[in-house]
Amino acid sequence: MPEVPEFTPTPEIKEPGNLFEHDEIEMKTVKLTIDGREVIAPEGTSILEAARSVGIEIPSLCYLKGINEIGSCRVCLVEVEIKGTMTLQASCVYPVSEGLTVYTNSPRAIRVRRTMVELLLSDHHRECTTCVRNLNCELQNIADDLGIRNIKYTGEMNDVPIFNDNPFIMRDYNKCIKCRRCEAICSKVQEVNVYSGLGRGFEMKVAPAFMQDLSEVACITCGQCVIACPTGSLVEKECIESVWEALEDKDKYVVVQTAPSIQVTLGESFGYPVGTIVTGKLVAALRRLGFDSVFATDFSADLTIMEEANELLERLDGHGKLPLLSSCSPGWVKFCEHFYPEFIENLSSCKSPHEMFGALTKTYFAEKQGLDPEKIVVVAIMPCTAKKFEAARPEFGTKRFKDVDWVLTTRELARMIRQAGIKFHDLTDEDYDTPLGISSGAGAIFGSTGGVIEAAVRTAYFLTTGKEMDLLDYYEFRGISGLKEMEVKLKEQTIKVAIAHGTGNARRLLDRLRSGEKFHYAEIMACPGGCVGGGGQPIFGTRDHKEISLNYRHNRADALDRIDYSKELRRAHENPAVKKIYEDYLGHPLSDRAKELLHTYYTPRGKLPGFELENLTGEHNKYLH
Amino acid sequence: MKATTEQEYPHSEQGIVPLLPKTETKPEKREMVDTKDHKYRELDKILDHYRGEKGELIRVLHSAQKIFGYLPPEVQAYVALKMDIPVSEVNGVVTFYTLFVTEPKGKHTISVCMGTACYVKGAREVMDKLKDELKLDARETSADGMFTLRSTRCLGACGMAPVMTVDEEVHGKLNAGDLTGILKIYQEQDAGEEHDQVH
Ligand code: SF4
Ligand code: SF4
Ligand code: SF4
Ligand code: FES
Ligand code: FES
Repeated sequence: MPEVPEFTPTPEIKEPGNLFEHDEIEMKTVKLTIDGREVIAPEGTSILEAARSVGIEIPSLCYLKGINEIGSCRVCLVEVEIKGTMTLQASCVYPVSEGLTVYTNSPRAIRVRRTMVELLLSDHHRECTTCVRNLNCELQNIADDLGIRNIKYTGEMNDVPIFNDNPFIMRDYNKCIKCRRCEAICSKVQEVNVYSGLGRGFEMKVAPAFMQDLSEVACITCGQCVIACPTGSLVEKECIESVWEALEDKDKYVVVQTAPSIQVTLGESFGYPVGTIVTGKLVAALRRLGFDSVFATDFSADLTIMEEANELLERLDGHGKLPLLSSCSPGWVKFCEHFYPEFIENLSSCKSPHEMFGALTKTYFAEKQGLDPEKIVVVAIMPCTAKKFEAARPEFGTKRFKDVDWVLTTRELARMIRQAGIKFHDLTDEDYDTPLGISSGAGAIFGSTGGVIEAAVRTAYFLTTGKEMDLLDYYEFRGISGLKEMEVKLKEQTIKVAIAHGTGNARRLLDRLRSGEKFHYAEIMACPGGCVGGGGQPIFGTRDHKEISLNYRHNRADALDRIDYSKELRRAHENPAVKKIYEDYLGHPLSDRAKELLHTYYTPRGKLPGFELENLTGEHNKYLH
Repeated sequence: MKATTEQEYPHSEQGIVPLLPKTETKPEKREMVDTKDHKYRELDKILDHYRGEKGELIRVLHSAQKIFGYLPPEVQAYVALKMDIPVSEVNGVVTFYTLFVTEPKGKHTISVCMGTACYVKGAREVMDKLKDELKLDARETSADGMFTLRSTRCLGACGMAPVMTVDEEVHGKLNAGDLTGILKIYQEQDAGEEHDQVH
């Protein structure tokens, strides 16, 4: 029988283990020995972080720096000498102290780690070959690193049907290792609180209340839990097969559009460093896959800016509610509908760029090309699972067609490219098709936090003053802090704007609005960092990339900025394709036709769908308020 | 393996002493309290008493269980909305403590001993037969609300194995053939009671 570890109680960590980032703060350091090496680390850091800071790798599973530090999986066990005896400790939660002696790779530590992983695997549907996370799974990697060849523990296994009934996220409880990273990110970062540990012991599940499907609860479909999950327990709902079918159908004209952020993230799936711009190869790959037209959502982002900037000016003029809240992030829109329905009227009525794109493709583009709109299939390559939900909303489309037929995440596109055997590295750069592929730098920066407001202000400034804004004036739009606010001078008026990303930060902003603070315009994106941190972006489960992709969002955002700088056109209103579409088809921003095709409405959804107070207590709810 | 949730809830199961407000449900008001509406009004009084104190969730749930007899999803959701606590957290607490039940309890509770002695002497068969007889699948309570079926650890009556209790009464040396008869005793007893009430 393998050794089962005994646990000594873990002392409290005073500060989360992210102290390395704040070296300007004066702090006490301690000296300790890890594997015979002397290591100096700030007091209160965990052993794991101290070891990683000097390049000693300790495996971990449940640990997510600063987000989930609960010490539950025990695969990070190390030997720590306490008062002359060796004890096993979870290094991710054990704080360093002066003179501590740690062994990370002693035979005993390794043996016990293996036991821990074997226990996890003993209740795991091990189907690696057919699993979405195959070759990109943290559990699989650890099992491989530790050389686990057979599992000594056999016994009952959980066997729960797969939850596959919604258009955005699929859940396989049989691959869940109960690390609770999904729960932590959903409640601490997004503050949506969907998950909790239900039940106890072997039966325990990390699940939404009452084991409901994500589509039945107040989930904003952002997919942050998907990128946090180390295994294949939470994955996007794939629709690759449907896209292949459309491509195969000779009768269909298949149009693809790529969101601004895809050009700076897709490369990661093919081994390029984070922040590599692969626009040309992306376009080439899509042509090889057989799409009839390859367009950029950046184009319709420019259009969104035209509409939204005009909407802002209209509202500043006294028509409609202030502050105007951006509506291009469907996760954020759903968040508002569930938790802050009183702000629904503040939401911009603009559809999000990919929906505008779909609507125009099936009208304007179809007319121009003489195509039957019912034969056009619009595929959108998007950074996020919420776009899958958005495309399925009944508001988006007409009786005859949906604006957007299929949404693929960045990850799914990478899989399609691999399926087709396309050698991504060897592709030569190609350009987007015209006219719906022409875009300005303003459209590109839509993909990261602050980008929408910066783009809209560039245009609003021009519309009010007749002059072009100096682009260096407002660089502070793009900082990484979760909630930013600043003042912007338009012609007669100085307006107060705010930028929030991550719905936790959105809560902070909306609570201030609730308590009466005045703003004119706010940009809110559901995902931390905006689309570059979206729930559909590449995930790293490989050995050298253990951090969740969230941590890479800054490099990706920088790449989008580089695209913006490199463009000749940097303002939406300068985009010739946008000008032309207004001339030929839409008339002017906010025209009746624009309103019909490019704008939408929203619906309150309740904090706890299906359990509204009045339904709970029948007609007698008069007692209850 | 270690249940990771255990460290996270500060209260131990035994340590919960519900402090009920004075206005608590009195048994004599039974007919009134029986309507759903009145039950929610009772629950409101409890919620008012603990107004805003999220740390009192367990006590509130305990009181709610006393009022409703069990904690169905609607009641958990109601508590979550009223206390402004995520329903996932409420459901987590309810499913963590065995003290809470989420299904109505039947009029009679049958506990089949699954201790070693009873197991060896055929407790499994007794269990299966009862499930069959009461048409239970995953549920614990029969559709007519008459019986709730549970398993239990050694009852200390190993000499009579296999053993089960119905409410307080112990039935020993069981075999599958006896069970229909035993269930019948309780069914008839109840039918008699109802008959008495009508007159
Ligand atoms: S989750 Fe990981 S270990 Fe489990 S089947 Fe999928 S790839 Fe394999
Ligand atoms: S998709 Fe977003 S809101 Fe929904 S459960 Fe996952 S993290 Fe929470
Ligand atoms: S679903 Fe994934 S992230 Fe959530 S507990 Fe299970 S393994 Fe961990
Ligand atoms: S990584 Fe340390 S206990 Fe899971
Ligand atoms: S084992 Fe059943 S009473 Fe002891």
